[in-house]
Amino acid sequence: MIIILVIIAVLVLMFIGMYNSLVRLRNQVKNAWSQIDVQLKRRHDLIPNLVETAKGYMKHESETLKSITEARSKAMGADTVVDKAKAESTLSGAMSKFFLVVENYPDLKANQNFLAVQEELSSTENKIAFSRQSYNDQVLFFNNKIQVFPSNVIAGMYNFKEEDFFELEDKAERAVPKVDFSS
Amino acid sequence: MWELIRANKQRSLILFFVMGVCLLVLGYFIGGAYAGEEGGYFGLGLAFFIWALMSLISYFSGDSIILAISKAKLVTHNIHPQLFNVVQEMKIAANLPEMPKVYIIPDPAPNAFATGRNPENASIVVTAGLLSKLNRDELQGVIAHEMSHILNRDVLFMTFSGVLLGSIVLLSHVFLRSLWFSGGGRRYSSRSSKGGGQMQIIMIIVAVIMAILAPLMARLLYFAISRKREYLADATAVRLTRYPEGLASALEKISNSDLVLRSANKTTAALYIANPLKKKGMKLSNLSSTHPPIDERIRILRNISQGANFINYQNAYSDVKGHQVRSNIIPSSAMHNKDRVSLRKTPEHKPGTKKAHDLGDLIRAVNKYTFLTCACGMKIKFPSDFKKSEVKCPRCGSINKVPVAELAAIAGVVHGISDQTEKQPEKQIQKNVFVYHRIGKGWESFTCPCGSAKQISPSFNKPYFYCNKCGRKIMVK
Repeated sequence: MIIILVIIAVLVLMFIGMYNSLVRLRNQVKNAWSQIDVQLKRRHDLIPNLVETAKGYMKHESETLKSITEARSKAMGADTVVDKAKAESTLSGAMSKFFLVVENYPDLKANQNFLAVQEELSSTENKIAFSRQSYNDQVLFFNNKIQVFPSNVIAGMYNFKEEDFFELEDKAERAVPKVDFSS
Repeated sequence: MWELIRANKQRSLILFFVMGVCLLVLGYFIGGAYAGEEGGYFGLGLAFFIWALMSLISYFSGDSIILAISKAKLVTHNIHPQLFNVVQEMKIAANLPEMPKVYIIPDPAPNAFATGRNPENASIVVTAGLLSKLNRDELQGVIAHEMSHILNRDVLFMTFSGVLLGSIVLLSHVFLRSLWFSGGGRRYSSRSSKGGGQMQIIMIIVAVIMAILAPLMARLLYFAISRKREYLADATAVRLTRYPEGLASALEKISNSDLVLRSANKTTAALYIANPLKKKGMKLSNLSSTHPPIDERIRILRNISQGANFINYQNAYSDVKGHQVRSNIIPSSAMHNKDRVSLRKTPEHKPGTKKAHDLGDLIRAVNKYTFLTCACGMKIKFPSDFKKSEVKCPRCGSINKVPVAELAAIAGVVHGISDQTEKQPEKQIQKNVFVYHRIGKGWESFTCPCGSAKQISPSFNKPYFYCNKCGRKIMVK
């Protein structure tokens, strides 16, 4: 009799433990997703500083600066997830173009303010990349948990669904670079 | 990554248990050697007590003791923005719950370590020399390695097993010494019976053997595990950054430096990313070293191809080690995941080679110096206790105003600490508080009621500072 009770108690405890760990993992996935948003917002906040600092030096590049500002306001105004992803990648493109152009302005590159903003921005870019990476790591772990026995039973009972991975919008980023030796 | 943490915790527990039993048995026999069976239990209790006491101390204040020994200084974002950002990046990649505290050791030898009992109370420490030598990617590699120690719970484990090791060494040392000076525990054996006497001789012999062997065994075990943890942290760092070359070239730069870190000693050496006590060219592959040979770590990192997952590191490890070692460096549970984790591409061009005097400036900034650039471009450096209000530029001879407010603001931090010990003057100053309302965010000057001129810089953001003439507290609003 006691043995049966003990077994039931152990099973209940295991059940609670597994359910809690699933909930914890799902929250971690959500938290990782919100991290991406935090970093994207930080990038939006930094861009006016950058444009302001660069304006005085880059008289002939007003097009580049304008495209950044426009991409930023579009990204901030985007409502749906698809629009947002599209606008953010346009912004990323505009930014990388800008940093290529900066190479031609040694005065700007020596400006302390500009260097500080540049460091913050490139760090934010890294943080965006790392938060995506971390999100994918979390999703992988969570999805594995949902699929394997015995936690898949609980996941099925309480309707835990597999989460989607964050895919790169830019397919070119994943393509293998071609090396051409003919020229 | 999380399977790895669990496997690591299990391994730690086993090792911890083995070393703990080792300590208790040693205590029993040493006690027994002095006063028979009763003494054995007393020794057991004493050994447990020493170990528990040291563990408690190291759990609750181990990190602050280590930080104090290594003369590390807590820094904020504006002293070294890049370092701070890199730590934040790795915190995000590792998905740590809390941002670790960042410390700088003002020393030109390049090195780094992590400490803290759990991910919520972690600290990352780097030397000023490391910051001046490494570029961004290399720094990222080093920080990722330290973050991995925090993530894999290595720090707690290394502290605890270090304490156990310390207790074992201490006990056997004391025992062997006392045996040497008192000529054995004969004095205490007079009360015990004849049979007990024979027992006691056996006890003494066993205790002597144990006292000689136990520290040796414990040390070897500790060092073996410590070396394994370094490999593991390297593997995790690659997993976090997806860029093995960063850590590899950082290790290369660290090993090429023959500067010795002055604030490191034998006990803290195991914590650092590379052995801080090494002499250049010394071969570090013997059993009693806490770190694997650094060139081997570099070769493994450079051998990683195809991906950044743990299995890729394990393959590179086996390639480098050849048939010499067959063991797995990564717990097998962490290698189930065979998904391809792609590596980051090598960046084409990284600008920003740093000049040598940046190192000096960084050390000064950590030590609360203030800088002023003269009109001729000369950078003048002031220690925080600088008293004069004007200074002649050593290059062009023009007179510059000393940024008193900044100096006072920085010195104010020091003041705040000393105020706690001297309650009396604090009260006097409080009576004489002068409030200054800021107009904007630029340079602003005003006069203190005592007549001395004060200047506030745009970067001044403290709520108050002290007048350097009359000692009055000036609130800035």
